[in-house]
Amino acid sequence: MAQLPPYLSIPERLWHYGFRILCGLIFFFLIFPLIVVVPLSFNSVPFFTFTKEMLALDPAGYSLKWYEDFFSNLNWQGAVRNSVIIAFFATMLSTTLGTLAALGLSRPTMPAKTLVMSLLISPMIVPLIISAAGMFFFYSRIGLQGTHLGVILAHAALGTPFVVITVTATLVGFDNSLIRASASLGASPTTTFFKVIVPLILPGVISGALFAFITSFDEVVVVLFVGSFKQRTIPWQMFSGIREHISPTILAVATILVIVSIGLLFAVELLRRRGERLRGVQET
Amino acid sequence: MTDATHQKDEPIVTADGIPLKVSLGRALRRKKLQALLLVAPLFLFIIITFFVPIVDMLFRSVENSIVSEILPRSTALLADWDAEGSALPSEAVFAAMVEDIKEGRENRTISRAGQRLNYEAPGMSSLFRSSGRKAKRIKGGPYKAALIKVHKAWGNIETWKLIKQFSSKYTDGYFLAAVDAKRKVDGELTKVDEESRIYLHLFWRTLKLSLFITVMTLILGFPIAYLMAILPTKSSNILLIFVLLPFWTSLLVRTTAWIALLQQQGVINELLVFAGLVGTDNRPQMIHNQFGSIVAMTHILLPFMVLPLFSVMKTIPKSYVRAAVSLGAHPWLAFWKVYFPNTVPGIGAGAILVFILAIGYYITPELVGGTEGTFISNRIAYHISGSLNWGLGAALGVILLGVVIALYLIYDRIIGIDNMKLG
Repeated sequence: MAQLPPYLSIPERLWHYGFRILCGLIFFFLIFPLIVVVPLSFNSVPFFTFTKEMLALDPAGYSLKWYEDFFSNLNWQGAVRNSVIIAFFATMLSTTLGTLAALGLSRPTMPAKTLVMSLLISPMIVPLIISAAGMFFFYSRIGLQGTHLGVILAHAALGTPFVVITVTATLVGFDNSLIRASASLGASPTTTFFKVIVPLILPGVISGALFAFITSFDEVVVVLFVGSFKQRTIPWQMFSGIREHISPTILAVATILVIVSIGLLFAVELLRRRGERLRGVQET
Repeated sequence: MTDATHQKDEPIVTADGIPLKVSLGRALRRKKLQALLLVAPLFLFIIITFFVPIVDMLFRSVENSIVSEILPRSTALLADWDAEGSALPSEAVFAAMVEDIKEGRENRTISRAGQRLNYEAPGMSSLFRSSGRKAKRIKGGPYKAALIKVHKAWGNIETWKLIKQFSSKYTDGYFLAAVDAKRKVDGELTKVDEESRIYLHLFWRTLKLSLFITVMTLILGFPIAYLMAILPTKSSNILLIFVLLPFWTSLLVRTTAWIALLQQQGVINELLVFAGLVGTDNRPQMIHNQFGSIVAMTHILLPFMVLPLFSVMKTIPKSYVRAAVSLGAHPWLAFWKVYFPNTVPGIGAGAILVFILAIGYYITPELVGGTEGTFISNRIAYHISGSLNWGLGAALGVILLGVVIALYLIYDRIIGIDNMKLG
């Protein structure tokens, strides 16, 4: 941290440090709940609280049994499998459709751009409970309620706005003369697409895909309505776990998910930097 | 001057002899079509998987075919009956009703008609159930007397008025119920009884809590966004992780964490007891009430306030405030008159985003809100999976959707959806 200039008055100094302490407290508020679940998940008793043994750092106060439970319990294992399957297919679908649409939307010749864009982004704006209710009514009419396909389609719809937004953002700085250059050198449109366009927009596509993946992986409201026990995902299982019998296994799952999200956060950040470098955007 | 001669008589042509204007127009059309074809798959996909369901919900909130489907004959005859008069419907209507009830009993649908009418007037469900059981005893006319003998409510003119009222294909009944109103049998609008007025109160509470949460995120988010904006990029990038990590972490993880922190035997209560601030027997109730909802949702939505604020503050040149101070303004005045007005677009963006997200929240209030901290979404979910009054659930959903769309249009006016950024 930079040295304070010597000419500052005492109130100014007090304000400087006071403000930083205030901000520190707010950052603490943001991050503390995520940190607190980690030690609690190693609890040896089935409560959501620190025991005397834990505070005394007595090894008897800690155990891995909630992790064992998570890895051996069939309910949780089924949930993990469903989460991965549903998130994978939903991501594939939304990334493919979303990238194509973003390519179209970024063309200057696209008619009714704003209208189409707001339509495509609407799944992100409409409250989940309303999307879930509408999908529940409609999908049960056409027999998709309570099927994996139904949940995958619903999650893909929720994930596409993120892909459209990130890929469109990547295409903002896209140099169209590269396409003409490629064509003038004799490349077919297909070759141009795979050899020129794709490598340049790939960081945007991947980070859009990550957003779509996390949207599906985290989503619970739509799964609750469109899915059933057979489509239970990790959030579904956590939700019903919290409502019915609260067990520290949920905290163990939470810890694992925090680690997963740290990984995703770094992946997205790396992709963003790479994308900016590729497009020649100066880091400010 | 060949150009001048071209202008009047013959249009400019391409090498193929096609007028240039036509040729260019054709090329432009082809380009437009290409762009459209790229967008088309997603467009169709969203229409089918997302839009049609929403429109379906709109229809469901006014659809009312159930009574006329289950009681086809009697409702057809009732259309000609004068509901304003004081006479019971004719013998023919009674005969049709007996037939309808018998058939409904056979198809096991009669209780659904009763259930539907029960939303409007209590007692209808049991009337149809018991009539369904006893109707087979009626062998022949006169049907009027026989049906009244089965259940005396058939002799009450109000019963018939109700059936006539709800035998039309569409109804505004669900929307009226969603704002605590109902239509009397004679068609006059009135408020429902005092003790069953819950929805207006719930809408009001949803708006109030959402607004409060928005203000809380602004109060907490402004200082840290400001700090990140004035620090060098290296340090602010590290602080940004503290904002992005909760943003990327599962909603349920964060809600679970707050349960662990706030519950009666939770971390904060244990700390308070340990510090001797409260006795172990009178631990404050911090969860399953409004306080729980507000704290957990403020935490969950805070990143959505900080990120737009930060992206706006980052672009405000530091020289503005320095110029104001060097011109003699007190640092506070410089902040208030120069820096703050520049942050208003960020505040607007963050506030509307948080507000839109908050009024539609379901999971967190459901788990930590108890009865006092629930939102309108919880009631919608209850009607869809609990009470099975789908029409009312849909009507509540449509009203909520209307509010969100209005806010979204404001957001679009202020920031423009094209400028929406992530992460």
